[in-house]
Amino acid sequence: MYHVVIPKIGAATAWRTAARGFLAAQVPPHEICWQEPGAAPELFARTQAPPPTGDIKVSRRFVAMANSVVWHRDRDRFARLYGFLWRLRDAPHLTGDHGDSRLARLRRMEKNVHRCQHKMKAFVRFREIGDPEAPRRSFAAWFEPTHHTVEPTASFFARRFGDMDWRIITPDKTAICVDGVVSFSAGQPRPDLPEDAHEDLWIAYFENIFNPARLKVSAMCSEMPKKYWKNLPEAVAIPNLVKTAPERAEKMARAAPTLPPLRAERMKERLAQGNATDGTLPSQSSALRQRK
Amino acid sequence: MTRMTVKRKLEILSDAAKYDASCASSGSSKRDSRDGNGLGSNEGSGICHAYAPDGRCISLLKILMTNFCVYDCSYCVNRVSSNVPRARFTVDEVVDLTINFYRRNYIEGLFLSSGIIRSPDATMADMVRIARRLRRKESFRGYIHLKTIPDAAPELIAEAGLLADRLSINVELPTDAAVEAYAPEKSPEQIRGAMADVRHRKDAAQDRSHRGRRPPRFAPAGQSTQMIIGADGATDKTILGRSTRLYGDYKLKRVYYSAFSPIPDSSAKLPLISPPLQREHRLYQADWLLRFYGFELDEITSTTRDGNLDLAVDPKLAWALEHRALFPVDVNKAPKELLLRVPGFGVKTVKRIVSTRRHCYLRYDHLLRIGGAMKKAQPFIVAGGWSPGSLTDSACLRARFAPPPEQLTLF
Repeated sequence: MYHVVIPKIGAATAWRTAARGFLAAQVPPHEICWQEPGAAPELFARTQAPPPTGDIKVSRRFVAMANSVVWHRDRDRFARLYGFLWRLRDAPHLTGDHGDSRLARLRRMEKNVHRCQHKMKAFVRFREIGDPEAPRRSFAAWFEPTHHTVEPTASFFARRFGDMDWRIITPDKTAICVDGVVSFSAGQPRPDLPEDAHEDLWIAYFENIFNPARLKVSAMCSEMPKKYWKNLPEAVAIPNLVKTAPERAEKMARAAPTLPPLRAERMKERLAQGNATDGTLPSQSSALRQRK
Repeated sequence: MTRMTVKRKLEILSDAAKYDASCASSGSSKRDSRDGNGLGSNEGSGICHAYAPDGRCISLLKILMTNFCVYDCSYCVNRVSSNVPRARFTVDEVVDLTINFYRRNYIEGLFLSSGIIRSPDATMADMVRIARRLRRKESFRGYIHLKTIPDAAPELIAEAGLLADRLSINVELPTDAAVEAYAPEKSPEQIRGAMADVRHRKDAAQDRSHRGRRPPRFAPAGQSTQMIIGADGATDKTILGRSTRLYGDYKLKRVYYSAFSPIPDSSAKLPLISPPLQREHRLYQADWLLRFYGFELDEITSTTRDGNLDLAVDPKLAWALEHRALFPVDVNKAPKELLLRVPGFGVKTVKRIVSTRRHCYLRYDHLLRIGGAMKKAQPFIVAGGWSPGSLTDSACLRARFAPPPEQLTLF
């Protein structure tokens, strides 16, 4: 019996190296115990995987799938992957077989990881932690992903935020990008990030882009599940928006049409005369003054 | 006069922008900022950063530069005769908001639209100035969508197309008569002329020079438009006919359908209704069938008598129910074109069926795993271990899918 511990950081490479070694040494799946760090080691187990020897040809589709599945939360992910890889030796066409139940399971896991990565790209919210005037500004975010998706998704943030430093802290792992170089360290508890004035503006935007006449709470929740809300600043506005929407929509419908403002006639006349080009700004500022 | 805060302006100018349905941030040129000299990336697929309780995604900072407008379009919240509060952003304010929202990962980019102030050229020039500042001074590589003003000068449209990922011009209403009635200052011909102009510029940007060099790409994410549904009396047949022509003539990426929605301070000319959301949904489904499933316009619209889509069942199912002689189809043998017509099978499902049946005989539980909506597909297919028997032709098949009849309310 072999006993392999796949580390948290660099799991994809570690699993691939180990799996290549086992495959080259013809070790069947039931003789390997794949473990995450921290699990109790098994007695009498050989902890050394055989070194990978020679070239192993595996379809590109499987490699792509494995590179996602290794980040799944499922504790048996490494064993499942190796089990399928073992079957591929005699049946290489299996990777394209959508009817195979074990592949279907792996595909589902792959999809879960992709979705989690996608949601991470969408829902991470940075706060500024450095001087906004500094040549490289710095930002930090606290995020709680469903799967171990920080590592495979960090490169996306590096490609996107090339001219700033950032860190994404999760309970499981921390990604830090300084001067364009990404590194990973252990997870941390939720940090106290400084208040960010732009969050207030963002919430104001969120509240006002919402159309109360089209309330569809379930559509929102299916795309932005509630488990993410606690780390989304804009989510604090949701309960009140939902509560007041029917009343606001009804009020719009009930309101009697109003008389057009005075400037409307003037502007229409000017437009009709075709000299709309010479500054209508005075009438705009007077409209502003009326309201104040 | 006290100065309006940026927050107050943002409230007014996002409130004024929400009736534009587009939120796409996908399909543009691939780029990133790994070189450290800029901000932003675009990787093909769009990202929805948040969802509002109306179920719509928030991908872009969607704002108006100003909601002052000299036009008087009855359906529009910003028409000159409306009493909504007015505001105007400065170039700096829009640039600052975009960059700071982007850095916090709130948005994919900017969707900038505007009321018409002073003149169309002056308005368009201001919008182009904002895009230029973002691209040149801030080295912003995120997504920019500019709503172009139909009668703005061609040089401005030309520059806008080089700075923005997407340009759009709204046709506003499905028929020319409706535009004339409800948007008296707008001209349908001019709107179409502007769309044709964008198409020609985009086509011209594909041609290589004699040295084989490509000119800079013009609006790489294409152009789109929007139609308001339910404000005038146009039928779905008219609406879909118009969009088919728009897709064909101007190579549009998308036609958005926007259910006419109540607005604050509405016009007496256009009484408010509850927004026809289900109709909007059916139109999008029909639009997809036309573009990705090989359906012809009259196939979709011929299933109903009054020229409107069936609200109770989706248009593909409605078509299948009217053409039962073609069903059930054998998933192990049927050509791809026919599989695409099976209710419950999407483009992806069909692709998987075709690739899987090469090395195994497809059974019913295979199809479940492949991901077809089998409850819907059941009556229309034959697979290993499944035959619908008399179900396909049964008289009550429609009732299986349509929601139960509702008692009319008295109010």
